[in-house]
Formats: sequence, C-alpha cells, structure tokens
Amino acid sequence: MILIKNVNLVDAKGVRGPADVLIGEGRILSLEGGEASLVVDGSGKLLAPGFLDLHAHLREPGEEVKEDLASGLMAAVRGGYTDVVSMPNTRPPVDTPEAVRALKAKALRLGLARLHPGAALTVGQEGERLTQAGGLKEAGAVLLTDDGRTNEDAFILAAGLLQAAPLGLPVAVHAEDASLRRNGVMNDGPLAHRLGLPGNPPEAEAARIARDLEVLRYALRRSKATPRLHVQHLSTRRGVELIREARRAGLPVTAEATPHHLTLTEEALKGFDPIFKVAPPLRAEEDREALLEGLLDGTLTAIATDHAPHTQAEKERDLLRAPFGIPSLEVAFPLLYTELHLKRGFPLPRLVALFTDGPREVLGLKPLHLEEGAEASLVLLDPKEAPVEPARFASKARYSPWAGWVLAGWPVLTLVEGRVVHRVE
Amino acid sequence: MRHLLDFEGWSRADLESVLDTARVMREVLERPVKKVPALQGFTVATVFFEPSTRTRTSFELAARRMSADVVSFAAQSSSLQKGESYKDTLLTLEAMGVDAYVIRADAAGVPHQATRWVKGVVVNGGDGQRAHPTQALLDAYTLLEALGSLEGKKIAIVGDILHSRVARSGAELFSLLGAEVWCAGPPSLLPQSLPGARLTPSLEEALEEADAVMALRLQKERMEAGLINLEDYIARYQITERRLGLAKPQAPLLHPGPMNRDVELEGTLADSPRSLVNRQVQNGVAVRMAVLYHLLVGRER
Repeated sequence: MILIKNVNLVDAKGVRGPADVLIGEGRILSLEGGEASLVVDGSGKLLAPGFLDLHAHLREPGEEVKEDLASGLMAAVRGGYTDVVSMPNTRPPVDTPEAVRALKAKALRLGLARLHPGAALTVGQEGERLTQAGGLKEAGAVLLTDDGRTNEDAFILAAGLLQAAPLGLPVAVHAEDASLRRNGVMNDGPLAHRLGLPGNPPEAEAARIARDLEVLRYALRRSKATPRLHVQHLSTRRGVELIREARRAGLPVTAEATPHHLTLTEEALKGFDPIFKVAPPLRAEEDREALLEGLLDGTLTAIATDHAPHTQAEKERDLLRAPFGIPSLEVAFPLLYTELHLKRGFPLPRLVALFTDGPREVLGLKPLHLEEGAEASLVLLDPKEAPVEPARFASKARYSPWAGWVLAGWPVLTLVEGRVVHRVE
Repeated sequence: MRHLLDFEGWSRADLESVLDTARVMREVLERPVKKVPALQGFTVATVFFEPSTRTRTSFELAARRMSADVVSFAAQSSSLQKGESYKDTLLTLEAMGVDAYVIRADAAGVPHQATRWVKGVVVNGGDGQRAHPTQALLDAYTLLEALGSLEGKKIAIVGDILHSRVARSGAELFSLLGAEVWCAGPPSLLPQSLPGARLTPSLEEALEEADAVMALRLQKERMEAGLINLEDYIARYQITERRLGLAKPQAPLLHPGPMNRDVELEGTLADSPRSLVNRQVQNGVAVRMAVLYHLLVGRER
C-alpha cells in the first residue's frame, strides 16, 4: 500500500484537493487516506493520471544504438508516461504478430511503462501490400501506421482503413506529400531561402491531409464499421484548419501535436544545428499559434512526443545528411506545463487531458480520472524548477533542443498499476 | 569578426578594410617576388568536403604567398555518407596545430557547425546553397576596380538565384557597399525573398541601365530535376551581346566560373573586353590573402 499525502489532484475533469491518496491492489482505494507501508509527502505537488504517448520511436529491434526498449521505456516513466505506443519503423519493421508479441513480452519483463506496439499498415512499410490486421490486433498492436514513411498510394490507405475498421484499430498517418516536400529539411519560406536550405513547404502537409480526409470519406462510405484516421504530428495552420473542419463535419478523424512544434519555430535553424532537424519541420510562429488554438478548441486530441532518438554522431552530420528527429519523452510534460500553462495560462486540466484522456480516446480506451476504484497508473509532478540536463537522460539520445531551459512540473514519482516505476528521492 | 562564415555581423567598415588590404596584396602579386612573410608560422588548412580545384588552389596560393604552411584535406562526399564525420576530421587537423580552416561543403551550415568544434579561425569556402563570401568579396573588388564605387550602382545577377551561394553572398555584400542589386531568373529558380536584392523574372528589367552584369553558372542538376528546360532558359535568360545592350555602355560582365559557354552567356562574350572573368580569378588570390590576414593577424592588432 502506498499513501500520497496532502496532494492536489488534476485530471481532465479539473483540479481539486488536497487529498490523501491510498493505493493498493493496483487501484486507488481511497482519497481520504489510510494505512500504508510507503508514505509519500505530496504537499505542493500535483497528482495526475499516468500519461500515454501515442508516438515514440523506441528503435528496437535493429537500431539499439539509438534507443532500445529498456532505455526508451525508462525515459518514458521518467517523463511521467505509464503507456507508450511504439512506432513500427524499426529494422525490420514491426509487421507481423510475432514481432508484436516479442516486443510486448520484452517490455513486460522490463516492468517500466506499458508498451502498446504500433504495427505496420503495409508489409515492410513499403506501401504496397497490407499487413494481417487481425493477427496484429490479437498480438497486441493498438494502431496501424507506416509512419517514418508517407502513404503515397491512396487506395492502399483506403483499403487499410477498411480492414482496420471492424477491428477498432486507428490508422495513423504521417501526412506529407512526398513529391511536394522532396528533399526539404526545414520549413520552406524566406528563412529557408536565406539559409540556403531546401524547403519543405507547409502546403505539402495540407495537401496530404486534404487527400487523406477524402480517402477517409471514401472508406466511411464503403464500410459498415467506422474507419478511424489519426493524423500524426500536425505542424501547420492550414493542417489545423482542415482537421477542424473535418471534425465539425463529423468525420472520424483525430490529430496530435508534438512538444517541439508547440514550443519551437523555424528560427531555431538559424544556428545550423541538426538537433532541430525534424519531419515535419519546425514551422513559423503563426503555425505554432494555430496549433495552440487547436489544442484548446479540441481540434487536436492529443499531445504526442514523436520521440525520435538518433546518435550524437548522426546529429553532428550536416543538415542535408543528419537524420530527422527530436527526442522528448523525458521533457514533454514539464516543457508544456511551463511554456503553455505557467507562461501562457493554458488551462491545466486541458493540458493533462491532452496527455491522458485525449490519447486514450484515440486508442479507444476509457478515460482515466483520479477517483476511488480507478487504476493506479499515476504521476506525481513537482512544481519546483530545474534545468533540462540531457547528460542525465535515460534515453540514449543525450542531447536536446531544450537543453538548459528551466522547467517546472517534473515527474518525481510514476506508478503503473500501483507499482513504483520511477521515483526521485 | 573571428570567422568569415557569411556577412552577418560584418560592418561596412570591416569589409572595406578587408578590401583595402586586398589592394595591398594585389600590389604584392605584381612584384617579381610575390611573397611576404605576413603569415609565417601560421598553418592554414583547406578542408574541402566538396571538390573544387579552383577555389582550393586560390586559397592555397593565397596562404603560400603570405608564407603560411598549408595542409590540404579533400574528402569525397561519399566518405561522409559512409559515416566519416566532419567533427573527427576537423579535430584531427586541430590536433596537428592548424590555425585557420577554409571549409567547403555541399551542405549549408557546415562552416557554422565547425566553429562549435575547433578553436581556430573558420573561413567559409562555399557551403551548399548558402554562402560564398570570398567569391562575393573578389567580385566586389573586381567591380570596384571597374566602377570606382558601388554606391548607387545597379548590379544585375542572372540565373539560378534560388540555388546559388554566389548570388546570396553577392546580394548581401554589394548592397552593404551601397549598390542596388537586381536578381533575375526563371520563376521556379527565384527565392521568395533575398536580403539585399530585388527579384524579378524579367531579364530585361534587371539588365536595363545596369552598371554591371553577373551571369551565374547553370547547374546540370536543375535540368536533370526537370525544373527548367534548357532551350527555354537559353531563349529567355542567356546573356547575349544584344541583351547586354540594355545595360549601360561598357557595363562589365562577370561570371564566377566555371562557365558553360553558350548556356548562361553567349560564348563569344566571355572573350570580349567587357568580360572581367580572368580579372576575377586574379583578384581572388589577393582577396583571400586579405581575408586570411585580417582573421589571423589583423584581429590581434
């Protein structure tokens, strides 16, 4: 039994407290205290439901030099995540039930955050032949995606949505028109032209989202079950508008935004540091503002990290050759708690919802609130400020665009079904 | 300034001082004994991750004319693909006691990245589509010789502006020195904006009453990528004797080399008295001497 005393509670429903949260048998037994073997002082801290990340590249199998399940899931619990959806663009890609089972079994043995594998939509993520959705779902896959690549064949995507629909699996898309983005490495516009770097135009994202929404309409018309489309890492103002319009029209589409698109802009590229090279690229300030509006008005359902670790050496190549990706599992919540809630007054329950009920909804999971009887997957957050220190990351990617940023809201205790998986003394 | 990466942070006075030094170096190069001890004891490395015999030779000659020791490192971009790192290459040279690095790369920003790894002076020898500051300086020097001053002068730069580090650095520098810079090229090869320049798809508008004209090399890649049609480019954008008639009489013609004769300019024009192409090459050595001197010695004065 664990007792977290005198702690304020926050979940999607609101902020309340203080309460004395008694945890046992993997559940919240009481909000009014009781006998426990471990007593944690929660004074001044916030207790929230454990976070769920819809989008993490954990690199196992095949690219363990960048990250593996042990380092990635440790990074997750340090970031307050109790549940992580891994992307299937590994080597080889996760495209069989056996591969999904192997990942799940290994993650279970680690006993850190719970792993929910995303599986490939097409064999080898090559965009040509669909994978066996039923078997993947049975093995434990929670969504299908060719993320890491784009879905150039619209008909294959439609067929994928159709086959996933009766299984209740969402299909997640990296929405960029590959023929329009070409070899772009940063947001296309005056700054890219000044820096002499090939641009990836915002229109490449908008064009692909528009197409995918039509593909979804087509699948919806053809299907008895509801096909669900999830648009990953939205980065543009126009993309937000398209999703907003589609959701208002009742289309079964959800979307996520990343910590980096919410806190950084293309200006970061001025120093020519490939740490800031990411796909889709960091955009203009107006895009960032549009994403924030989308978070507030419900256009965006979730904040997802797109945690994409690479080696230091890979990120010390030049901007044309360095790989795309930013690691953020360990900083995502404190970053947004500080930059959005503390500095801009973004409502805290909504922010927490974007880390909990929002992503849960995308996967078809029930909301998780801090109530008697609820599953005790929880995170305790400390309002004390501390700088981002990449050298101390659990992730193998020990660099960060936010290195040195002073943030509050660091997770100091993470519980998965009542079990302590991370604790800062 | 500690490095020459581009012209950001450089004042007009700084740049004029470099150009003044280049004038002195030009005199040195006219002497029977073309060597001074100005950089004796210094080691200059040319680190070319992208091959360029002309620029490398020019820099190496510039360093040798000032008695510096010169080491030359040429990596193929293929070895970079294999994972050989810029950082390790530079740190190896640093360990050998190099004082200045002239860096050329096919990717924008590599010289900037280099300043984070080495203690020595970094000179940008051309980075991708980004900047080629010593080319701009030698062009400015050549223009100053021909025109006396750039104040209020109209300079037309013609060609693939979007992908040209020469156009970018030229526009930045010439405008800083008071010129009115016009960049003309096919619409798909024009950037959305370019600091220091007015952009136009009309060759005529750029050439009209121009005091000097610079033609850029048309890269084969652009045609291979299907971005332009060669015949169409020649028909609409080639600098010809007749089109040059729109510019002021005797307006000089520059080209950063190597030329595609009869593509970006009429072949015979290159050999006409209006062409300053060879003068540009001569001035290149003097300007690079001035840059190395300014960064290695000048800043310690």
